[in-house]
Amino acid sequence: MKLFKPILILVVLAALVSAVASGHLSSRILGIWVAALLTISIFSFLYKDNRVYKLAEHLFIGISAGYSVSLEYWNVFRPNLWNPLVQGLHQVKMSHLFSIGGLSIGLPHFPGMLLIVPFALGIMLFARFSARLTWLSRWSIAAMVGSYAGLAMIGALQGDLVAQVKANMIPLVAPGSVAALGAGGGADARFFAFLGVLSNPLIIFGLISTLVYFFFSREHKGGLGVVSRVGVWFLMISFGASFGYTVMSRVSLLIGRLHFLLSDWLRVIR
Amino acid sequence: MMPEPATTGDTKAGILTRLLRVDRRILFIIIFLCVAIPLLTGARMKMTVTPPVKGLYDAIDRLEPGSTVWLAADYDPGSMPELYPMNIALIDHLFSRNIKVISASLWAPGPPLSQRIFETIGPKYGKTYGVDFVNLGFKEGREAVMLQVAEDIAKTFPRDFLDTPYDQIPMLQEIRNLKDVKMIVAISAGYPGIKEWIQQVGTRYAVRIGGGVTAVTAPEMYPYLQSGQLVGLLAGMKGAGEYEQLVARPGLGTAGMVAQSSVHLMVVIFIAFANVVFLIEKSRK
Repeated sequence: MKLFKPILILVVLAALVSAVASGHLSSRILGIWVAALLTISIFSFLYKDNRVYKLAEHLFIGISAGYSVSLEYWNVFRPNLWNPLVQGLHQVKMSHLFSIGGLSIGLPHFPGMLLIVPFALGIMLFARFSARLTWLSRWSIAAMVGSYAGLAMIGALQGDLVAQVKANMIPLVAPGSVAALGAGGGADARFFAFLGVLSNPLIIFGLISTLVYFFFSREHKGGLGVVSRVGVWFLMISFGASFGYTVMSRVSLLIGRLHFLLSDWLRVIR
Repeated sequence: MMPEPATTGDTKAGILTRLLRVDRRILFIIIFLCVAIPLLTGARMKMTVTPPVKGLYDAIDRLEPGSTVWLAADYDPGSMPELYPMNIALIDHLFSRNIKVISASLWAPGPPLSQRIFETIGPKYGKTYGVDFVNLGFKEGREAVMLQVAEDIAKTFPRDFLDTPYDQIPMLQEIRNLKDVKMIVAISAGYPGIKEWIQQVGTRYAVRIGGGVTAVTAPEMYPYLQSGQLVGLLAGMKGAGEYEQLVARPGLGTAGMVAQSSVHLMVVIFIAFANVVFLIEKSRK
């Protein structure tokens, strides 16, 4: 009895695969049905946790992991590391260093020889599976952490710190913004022109008051307290905007799934 | 002993308290209806195109026909409802302007999504794979890949998505690195994405960057617009809808706007109602 369900699932899968292979069922239609049923399975969690939801969740995790591994192997490991390394090994040459009694001493070299380093570091990562050799994997992790920390630091300094500080050194009133307000145009144009006038003062005051809020060297009393409270308001408004955008993002996902179910699957809308 | 009959005030308070503790599944049904009804009725609303969206449209419109753009499709099916319509509208606009497109992705599931769009829109404009557009596929390495393509694309992507060697793709013969492309259009769902393109490539190599992001990451991107590090930005499904309007190609972004607005309105009503009831209960205590 325990084997009944897995056997039934395998029979259904085999029937579907044979139907696709024989041309009785197009792979596109099968794909839409699988996607639709999995979507409904995930939505079923909104009612309560259940086995169908769990099955869909496990399928998602398993397929994602398998897809990533195969993609990494064919798109990264083979073309960027293995193939150049193997091609290079076919062109090994010896470079002469010195001679001892007529015997030439040299070192082998080949194109892409440096790739041995990432290859070795990659292999060393697998040392984590052995308690005795796990220290080897720390070298690979150290190389990754070091290089990515360096990259992120340079990026943050060049792309964020310098550029953002420069971008905030602005006049209190943006040049041309007042003129744009008086230029007329439609209601939309006037509204955006009005926002344009407000933009620079808001940026400057918002930046200063928020920075004051994070200035902890003095107690937030008197003038400093007032400005810091204004800074809190700016922070709250930005959190509100972020929350609004988050709601928008999540609703978009629901719209996307429902649109798929109603158009591709049920075909009640086009 | 019989309980005393409830007064009108107590009854009202009881209804309000019960409403506050309503089964969340009822709220789910209300949200479901707010989305399903506009989609089923095909309701549409006029959108105002905002300056960040117009900025990207104008930047692409100003590119010389025949020039090349790097399209970073850094997203996966999880963010398709927001980013896929943008990707469609952007490729449509690029092809209509006769701009060549190199697509690549730092997210593993990205390349098939771009490929599907190319195969749908390419024939409409008579575009040929390898001549007018190419899909270089996925590469792991995040910021390191960005820096490497800025120096040498062929070294990073020796073969394209269809396994064709780089040197056999006609449109790439003149393209050595990102200095040879006119702009980076990044469509991103998170890390690595448009922010890293700005930090690693935009500022360092002086390449213009514009693109689209999910609504949840949009607030983080506005400072880059203000600083001029981004030429334009599409934020979420709303941004996609605005761009669809500009290129006159209505899609999911346009179709979803009434549903989006209905849910937003309902969320505002829920929040306002909960706060009013909270204040009433607080005043009673």
